Amino acid sequence: MEALLEQTARRFADQVSAVDFWSLRLVSERKESLAVRQDVVQPPDTLVNRGAFITVFQDGGAGYAATSDLSPSGLYGALKRAREWAILTAPWNLLGTEDHPRSARTGGYETPVTEPWEGLSIAEKIDLLQTASRSLKIDNRIVDWWAWLVYRRIDTLLVSGDGARVEQRFHIIDPGLKAVANLGSKTQVRTGGAARGALQGGLERLEHLGFSAQGPRVAAEALALLEAPECPQGRMDLLLMPSQMALQIHESIGHPLELDRILGDERNYAGTSFVTPDMFGHYRYGSTLLNVTFDPSCDGEAARYAFDDEGTPAERVHLIRDGLLQRPLGGASSQARAGLIGTANARACDWDRPPIDRMANLNIEPGQGSLAELVSGIERGVLMDTNRSWSIDDSRNKFQFGCELGRLIEDGEVKGVVRNPNYRGISATFWRSLSAVGGRASFEVHGVTNCGKGEPNQMIHVGHASPPCVFRAVEVFGGGA
Amino acid sequence: MQDYFFTLADALQAKLQGAETLLLSFDGEDSDFIRFNHGQVRQAGGVARRSLAVDLIEAERHAAGRAQLAGGLAQDLPPLLDLLNDLRRQRTHLPADPYLNFDTDGPSGEIRVASELPTRSQALEAIMGASQRLDLVGIWAAGAIYKGFASSLGQRNWHACESFNFDWSCYHAGDKAVKANYAGLRWDPAQLQIRMQDARADLEIMQRPPKTIAPGRYRVYLAPRALQEVLAMMAWGGFGLKSHRTGQSPLILMQTEGQRLDPAVDLSEHHGRGLEPPFTPEGFTKPERVSLIANGAYRDTLVGARSAREYDARVNAAGEWPASLDMQPGSLGAGDVLDALDTGLYVNSLWYLNFSDRNQARITGMTRFACFWVEGGEIRAPVDVMRFDDSVFRMLGENLLGLTRERELLLDPGTYGGRSSNSVELPGALIEGLAFTL
Repeated sequence: MEALLEQTARRFADQVSAVDFWSLRLVSERKESLAVRQDVVQPPDTLVNRGAFITVFQDGGAGYAATSDLSPSGLYGALKRAREWAILTAPWNLLGTEDHPRSARTGGYETPVTEPWEGLSIAEKIDLLQTASRSLKIDNRIVDWWAWLVYRRIDTLLVSGDGARVEQRFHIIDPGLKAVANLGSKTQVRTGGAARGALQGGLERLEHLGFSAQGPRVAAEALALLEAPECPQGRMDLLLMPSQMALQIHESIGHPLELDRILGDERNYAGTSFVTPDMFGHYRYGSTLLNVTFDPSCDGEAARYAFDDEGTPAERVHLIRDGLLQRPLGGASSQARAGLIGTANARACDWDRPPIDRMANLNIEPGQGSLAELVSGIERGVLMDTNRSWSIDDSRNKFQFGCELGRLIEDGEVKGVVRNPNYRGISATFWRSLSAVGGRASFEVHGVTNCGKGEPNQMIHVGHASPPCVFRAVEVFGGGA
Repeated sequence: MQDYFFTLADALQAKLQGAETLLLSFDGEDSDFIRFNHGQVRQAGGVARRSLAVDLIEAERHAAGRAQLAGGLAQDLPPLLDLLNDLRRQRTHLPADPYLNFDTDGPSGEIRVASELPTRSQALEAIMGASQRLDLVGIWAAGAIYKGFASSLGQRNWHACESFNFDWSCYHAGDKAVKANYAGLRWDPAQLQIRMQDARADLEIMQRPPKTIAPGRYRVYLAPRALQEVLAMMAWGGFGLKSHRTGQSPLILMQTEGQRLDPAVDLSEHHGRGLEPPFTPEGFTKPERVSLIANGAYRDTLVGARSAREYDARVNAAGEWPASLDMQPGSLGAGDVLDALDTGLYVNSLWYLNFSDRNQARITGMTRFACFWVEGGEIRAPVDVMRFDDSVFRMLGENLLGLTRERELLLDPGTYGGRSSNSVELPGALIEGLAFTL
């Protein structure tokens, strides 16, 4: 734990008085971003980000204030503003103060790391990226190419007037590759590494990903897409790789199950949900093969933690078991409002935003069989890999998603590459067409770094792990005018 | 705030070593946020944030950093000097940057945009009073936004703007709702009343039995807020120099094959609108306006500092995406829209757009708030949400029937990473045969 946070929390606790309840969440982040584009080293970017979020209950109201001024006077000023907000809004509060959590928990967490970020010098990291960048330029039709490596160390300390003390340190790494292939008016993009997600851990994640060796494959697939035929159109089987399952889980299970959406908080922005409170416990969300867990303990996943940002201890639970809907993604205050048991998922993207219901690690549990066995069960279909386009209605029902790369499957065998693979469906029925779930050996950890919701807006990282999955009779199509 | 930033810049400048050059960008806000749900206050609070971006340069080698500020030299200088030392250490491992580009003799200047905001309690009481018996959900965001630039070459720039943005919707039931917004620099409670009354009138229509339309092609009117979403997709790489030069623009067909939109389509980046600072993070001064599409044909692109050096062009924007987009009006009177639409969909709001085929500028998305079925020039019923999937080249090309004479200025209610000062001024669009798919 950073000494500054410790001192700041102690000073604040000593001076706070005359409020019914207070909590202080301190965040200190260091982020280092390295990138090489077209073999040219981009200027490194170092972020040093510190701030405080203060919550106050007073006279039946709740208010907050966030500040980047961690001096005693800065924190006192923020405390005063939070108290004023609580008093001002008390006559019109939607929630009673009894609906807000008052954590008194103590505990901590730190991401397990075997190869720390500091284990390589900046020169060695740049060399690694230069090598990766050069490996992407395999043809003149590769017109743009990138290799990047981002590291975040985030310290959080939550203390409260009721005695809570939760300190957590997260190490997050985000390595990525991108190759852009162009021929005339046709451009295709392929990405690699963990380009659309992030992982907890240290530099050991690079080896797990095979990061250094991925460049030629990524570039070759971008070139293959330039020459490939359009994805066929029609109802057929769809095999989604874990990289696309991450997005499918995110949009059509994660968001619909967020309890604050179900309670209407997000209706002006991120939207509502086709799921209603009465569905929990008996609604058939998917086929019997569908098992979905909220798993804050999964190794390497981006949202691994021991406590959420309100101090609620986190544990692995099933949200959907054998296809039946069990419980929502809702933190302590949403649970109190809805009268439902939820999860420890009240999260804030930074020190200047309040915790709200977020996805964390939301996974599909493994089934049976290898990828080859999934393919062998498909007479005609398309395999789709790596999300590139996502669109879904505000109830999280009618969706259309597109992927970077498709492969035709005929008579149980993978055939050639197809470009612009898209599919559309309706969440409420799509998961019931789930016909096969890959086994443990095919299970992969992915995630999303740009999950946006909330007013004021918050963008946060989440994890999604899944095996490849097969869906029957899905509406599949390609691009074109 | 301005004085503090310039004092801090002087103090850091005094700590430079050798032939170092220092560029500083200040970004701050004092923001009130009141979140509403079910006509009550869901969350309320304030954010005071000041951050400083630093670029430390010597002999074309440089590293960048950012740090949050407390607002006093005693607290801020030690960590900033630590950061400068970090950047110095990093710089020794870096090659010269061929695309480093900053203004060496830009003009100094300061702008404080005049404004008149209500107090917190005035705003809250006005909103609660006007929205009685409504299932209102949304956000009030208000306060000051500060941007500054300083370089060790002596340039000093400042831009401060206070604004408010109340963005809300009112629900009938399920997903049947109307959307409204009142944003600006000068608060007028009568304007809030008018907009709330308009929302109540639309809400009455939302109570009629909804119509579900079958997939197919329909004539549509896209109100300015809906058209804005289409333009935002065009702007996702469509107007930036780098995306054009690397084949990633969704408007690549306009670039390589001379594809044109309808001659009525005229788009420009209107930096002169003044809600954004007139200077870039590298100290360059933005031009008053950059023409992007004129007479339906592709014209210029937005050029950031690094791209300008890479592609030998002139800097004309802070980033390579529009922040002050301007679309010229047409000749269709707002009062004639329903007659001109005759039978089709009146679309107030589109939502969650993305590409089906980026090379073809083919986009998909959903209808959302207050979309109506119109027959014989009369609004008949709300429409259940539908997915469209069509090409911008058809929507704003061969199938564009007209643009309205009246335009709306829409201030972005977005607050990712801080309150946005982006805006767009645009008309509505009447379009033939938009493809709906699901």
